[in-house]
Amino acid sequence: MRIGVFICQCGTNIAGTVDTRAVAKKAMEFPDVVFAVDYMYTCSEPGQKEIQDAIASHRLQGVVVAACSPRMHEATFRRAVKKAGINPYMFEQANIREHCSWIGTDREANTRKAIDLVRMSVEKLRCNQALFSTQVAVNKRVLVIGGGVAGIQAALDCSDGGLEVVMVEREPSIGGKMAKLDKTFPTIDCSSCILGPKMVDVAQKENIRLYAYSEVEAISGYIGNFKVDIRKKATYVDWDACTGCGECTQKCPSKKAFDYFNEGLGTTTAINIPFPQAIPKKARIDSDYCRYLTGGKCRVCEKICPVKAIRFDMKDEIVTEEVGAIIVASGYDLFDARVYGEYGGGRYPDVISAMQYERILSASGPYGGHIRRPSDGREPKEIVFISCVGSRDISVDRPYCSGVCCMYIAKQAIMTRDHIPDSNCYVSYMDIRAPGKGYDEFIRRAQEEYGVKYIRGRVGRIYPRGDRLVVQGADTLLGVQVEIEADLVVLATGVECSAGARPLAEKLRISYDQHGFYMESHPKLRPVETNTAGVFLAGVCQGPKDIPASVGQGSAAASKVQALFSRDTIETDPQVAHVNENMCIGCGKCEQVCPFGAIRMKTLRDGSRKSEVLETVCQGCGLCNATCPNKAIQLRHSTDDQILAEINTLFD
Amino acid sequence: MLKRVAYYPGCSCEGMAIEYDQSVRALCYVLGIELVGIPDWNCCGSTPSHSYDPLLGAALAGRNLAIAKSQGLDVVMTPCPSCLKALKTANQVFRERPSEFLDVLGMPFSGDVRAISVLQLLYEEIGPNLIQKAVKFPFKNKKIVPYYGCLLTRPPAFAQFDDPENPVSMDRLIEAAGAAVPDFPHKTECCGAALGITQRDVVMRLTGRILEMARAVGADAVAVACPLCQQNLDLRQDQVNRALKENFNLPVLYITQIIGCALGIDRKTLGIEKLAVKTDALFQSA
Repeated sequence: MRIGVFICQCGTNIAGTVDTRAVAKKAMEFPDVVFAVDYMYTCSEPGQKEIQDAIASHRLQGVVVAACSPRMHEATFRRAVKKAGINPYMFEQANIREHCSWIGTDREANTRKAIDLVRMSVEKLRCNQALFSTQVAVNKRVLVIGGGVAGIQAALDCSDGGLEVVMVEREPSIGGKMAKLDKTFPTIDCSSCILGPKMVDVAQKENIRLYAYSEVEAISGYIGNFKVDIRKKATYVDWDACTGCGECTQKCPSKKAFDYFNEGLGTTTAINIPFPQAIPKKARIDSDYCRYLTGGKCRVCEKICPVKAIRFDMKDEIVTEEVGAIIVASGYDLFDARVYGEYGGGRYPDVISAMQYERILSASGPYGGHIRRPSDGREPKEIVFISCVGSRDISVDRPYCSGVCCMYIAKQAIMTRDHIPDSNCYVSYMDIRAPGKGYDEFIRRAQEEYGVKYIRGRVGRIYPRGDRLVVQGADTLLGVQVEIEADLVVLATGVECSAGARPLAEKLRISYDQHGFYMESHPKLRPVETNTAGVFLAGVCQGPKDIPASVGQGSAAASKVQALFSRDTIETDPQVAHVNENMCIGCGKCEQVCPFGAIRMKTLRDGSRKSEVLETVCQGCGLCNATCPNKAIQLRHSTDDQILAEINTLFD
Repeated sequence: MLKRVAYYPGCSCEGMAIEYDQSVRALCYVLGIELVGIPDWNCCGSTPSHSYDPLLGAALAGRNLAIAKSQGLDVVMTPCPSCLKALKTANQVFRERPSEFLDVLGMPFSGDVRAISVLQLLYEEIGPNLIQKAVKFPFKNKKIVPYYGCLLTRPPAFAQFDDPENPVSMDRLIEAAGAAVPDFPHKTECCGAALGITQRDVVMRLTGRILEMARAVGADAVAVACPLCQQNLDLRQDQVNRALKENFNLPVLYITQIIGCALGIDRKTLGIEKLAVKTDALFQSA
C-alpha cells in the first residue's frame, strides 16, 4: 500500500504544542508511508487540494490525516479523498488536537504522543479494506411526536412541502404549553391568537393525520423505514361522531374533575373539552371522575349526546404507522415548586406557579381574565414574583438556566400593572437573563415604564400573616434584609424534561443528558439531528428555549426531513457488523446484547443456527463484536485485526 | 427495626439538658431499644475544636465512633444535633483525608459507623405508626408546634434526613402522640443559637419571633429536639418577655418528653419538672 500522511497545524491549536514538522518527518519512517507533510489548515480548501494532488502525484492508496477529532472533520476528509479516487474507508484520522495538543503544554511529550497516534493510524490503515454503501428506499412520510408549537411548526412545514405527516399528541388537544399562555414576550402578542390559526391548519391539512390523546408505544426499523405503534388512549367518545357541540359538558353532573388545562385552578366536568380553541375539538371523559365509570351509575352524557357518540366500553387501541423520518418535539414539564419547602407552594393557596398565573391572566382562564387570588377571590395589590424556582440550583439538581423565566416574569408583571394600575409588583431575582432580540429593552420597560420593583436577592421564607403572605428575603445590592407583605406570590418555576422523556428516548434509541434533555448530534453544527439517523429534534425536549427558538427548530427539523426525502433512496453506512458464518456457533449472545434489534438468528439448510445482521438497522456500536465468544461477528472498519494492529504498534 | 444502638449523650445531656437524656433513656426503654453506653466517651469537640483545627474536631468525635465500633455497634445515636454534626463530620473527614485523620486519631477507624439523631431513630426506625399504636394518653385538643432549628436537616446533602426547609418528621410524631399540629412557618428559623452568650439582644429578637409565631398559630406548647433551641426558647423565655415587653407562657418540651407522656411514662421520669416554663396547662384536659 502507498500511504500519504498529512499533519495539520490547525493554526497554533496543534502547532503551538506539537512539532508538526518533526511528526511528518518521523511518519516517513513508518511502513508503507511514501509521503508526509505538515500544513497550516488541512481542512481548508487548499489543504484538501494538497491531499488530492498528493494522491495523484504519489499514486497514494491510503491517506492518514492527523488533525482534530474525527467527529469534527472525518466526513470532510472522506469526501476529499473520494473525489481524488480513493475509497473513503481507506482514510484514517488521528486526533492530535483534542487527544494531544490541547491537553498538555510539554511540547516534547506532545510531539512523542502525536507520533504514536499517527503510527497507530498508519497501522490501522494498512489493515483497512475498501467498503461500499448500499441503497435503501425511503418512505416519505414523517412522524411528529408532540403537538406543541415546535411540533406544529415542523408538521406544517413538512405538510407545505407536500409530505404526509403523522402527528402524535399525548394530551386531548394540540397546542402544548403555548396554548395555555395569555400573552407572549416581548411583543405582548396574544398567545392563542398567533397559535390558534396554526392549530386549525394542522386539523385542516389533508396530508396531516393527527392522533390526539395518543402516545408512541413502540418504534422499530431504521432511517427511511420506521414502523411506529401508536396507543390511542380511550376517550370513551367516538371522535368520528363527536361534533364538539359541548352539550354533554353542560349536563355532566360530575363537576369536580381536575382542570388540567387551568393548572388545577377551578374544576371542570368529567366529560369535557379542554379549552374553547382545542384541536381536535372533541369531548373526552376523565375516567377518574366519571360517575358511570367509577360508580356504575349516571350515563347522562349518553342520553344527551345528539349524535350518540358516547362509548363507555371503549378500550385503548394500538395502530401502526410506517414513516421514513421522525421529528421529536415532545416538550417539557415545569418544575414542581413543592420541592422548596420554604416557599410553601402547595401549602398556601396564594403561592402559585407562573403557569397558574398565566391562566389567571388569560381571558379564557378560570377567572375570565380578572386577576384574583385563588384563596378568597380578592384582587391582589402587592404581588411578588420569585425567579429561579428550580433553575440554577445545584441543591435540587437543576444547575441550568431555564432561559425563559426572566422574560415571562417581566411580561406577567407588566400585564399585572396594566390590569391593576394601583398594584405593586416586586421581582426577586438572581441575575436578569434577557439575551434575545428586544428582550433587554422589554425588561427595562417593565422597570422604568411600568415601575416593577426589581430586588436582587433570594427569598428565604414565605409564611402567612392574617390573610396575607410575608415574603422574607435579601436585597444583596443594598445588603439589607427585605420583608414584603404580599397578597399573591408567583413562583417562576423552571423548565425540566418531560416525565416521559427518558422512556421515549429509549424507544427512539436516542441519547439524553443527565437532566433528561435529548442530545443533539453536535451542539453547534448539528443542533436538530440526533445520533440515530432519521430522528430529528425540535423544541424544549432538546433543552430549555423560548417560542421563537422552538419554532426555528421546528422549521429546521422539517427542512432536514425534506432534505432527506428529496432523494428516493438513501445510502447506508457500511461500518456495520458482519458475521463470518464459518465461525459462528449460533449461541445467540449477539442477538441478546444488540440494543437496536439488528441481529436475528437464522437456520441454514443443514439445520445449523447462525446469526445474521440486518445491515440497515445496525448502528455499528460493536457490542456484538465484543460479546461474540468465537470472534465470528466483526464490526467492519473496527475489526479485531484493525484494533490489535493499532495496539501492537504501540508496544513494538 | 434497630434494637440496639450505641448511645452518645454529649455534654449538654449531662448538664443543662439532663431531662433530654432522662426522657430519651426512658422512651427507648419503653420502645424496646437498648442503648449501649460508649465506654470512656469524650466531648465531640463542639464548636471550639473544629474552629481551631478541623482535623482535631474530627478526631475527637471520631474517637467515639471508633469505640462504638470496637463494641460491635454500627449505629451511634445522639440526642444533640450539634454532636450529630460532629460525629458525621468525623466520617466525612476520614473519607476526604484518611491518612491525616488516622494519624491524629491513633486508633483503628473504618468510617462505617452511622450517626443518627434521636429524632431520626424515632421517625425512621420506629415510625409514627408504631408510636401511635403505643399511645395511651393522647394529647387531646392540644396544639403543639414542632421547632426543628437550623441543624437537624441541614445542609441537606450532609444531614440526609427530612426536607431541609419544611421538615415534617416531628409533625408526624406529634400527630402520633394525639396533638394537633398547626402549620408552623418558623419551624426552621434561627433561634440565635450560642449568641445568647455574646449578643443576647439577637437571641431575644430571633427567639421572640419564633415564640410570637407559635402563639399566633395557637400553640399550647413547642416541641424541640435540640438542647440549645430548648435553652433559648424555654430558659430564656423570661428574658425574652422582659426584653420585648411580652408575656409568652409557652411550654417548650423535648419531642421525647411529649411522646413519653403520651405513652404513659410518668412525668418525673421524663424530667418534665426541670423545664423552666411550667407545663401544667398542657396536661389539663380542655
